[in-house]
Amino acid sequence: MKLKNNALALDATDLKILEVLQNDAKQTYTAIGKRLGLAHSTVYDRIKRMEQYGIIKKYTAIIDTDKIGAKNVIALMTVFTNPKESEKVAQELSEAPQVLEVYTSLSEELLIIAKVVAENQESLHTFIANSVAPLPGVLRIRTSIVTKKFKETQFSMINNPEKFAFIKERYSIVGENKL
Amino acid sequence: MKEETASRILRVLPREKAFYFFTSIGNYTGESAASFEQFVDKTNEVNVKSLEFHLYRGDFEKWISETLEDQELAKEIENLRNQNYSGTSLRKQLYQILTKHYEKLTMFR
Repeated sequence: MKLKNNALALDATDLKILEVLQNDAKQTYTAIGKRLGLAHSTVYDRIKRMEQYGIIKKYTAIIDTDKIGAKNVIALMTVFTNPKESEKVAQELSEAPQVLEVYTSLSEELLIIAKVVAENQESLHTFIANSVAPLPGVLRIRTSIVTKKFKETQFSMINNPEKFAFIKERYSIVGENKL
Repeated sequence: MKEETASRILRVLPREKAFYFFTSIGNYTGESAASFEQFVDKTNEVNVKSLEFHLYRGDFEKWISETLEDQELAKEIENLRNQNYSGTSLRKQLYQILTKHYEKLTMFR
């Protein structure tokens, strides 16, 4: 791990630590060190630095909502916008607690794609009708309600040369260590 | 009807109080009405699926009653809902009720 232009440059050890944490963030520094052949103090220092630099954003719990009996409605909402207002609409959506993810996309038209959660279809509609449609710059909205989830995961640092190339470019990987 | 009441019903509303036309849950057509006058015009223009969607959910009655505060018209829309019209005949009936009511309101204004 080195500092380059005030940004943190990761090495292969950091990436290995990230990969281990992505599989199970509850592991102790000692357990991670044992697994990677590192001293627990090394693991601690590197994790703290990655937290400090915002590379590790937070530790969270992935909850199986079906098992706690929460029958929420998940929907993917495509918001077609006036290009001048697009950024503002995306920011407004990001502030709503019902909105889980927000992306802008350039396809044939400029649009915003958002993942929305609601208690039921009625509250989903109320949210979109009262809080999204009235936003200045919203031209129209298409919403697809999710009926079945086949996969949901986060980007993972797996030992894949193609992904490693992307990470190397993005985070200025230093050192000769191979993943 | 008092002039004051007619003027209140015919007022221009802020965008958060406007009526937004959807064709189904979460599918916004891009058409909205920020006054009763605009609402009348839009019912003659929007996709008829949108009229069916909102009428049978009670959205028109709710907006007319709670936002425009026109209980008389809300009752007429409720009666229309109970007649089970659909497609172009629904549009025709709805538009007729609304234009007639609009003319009445403008006479009092």
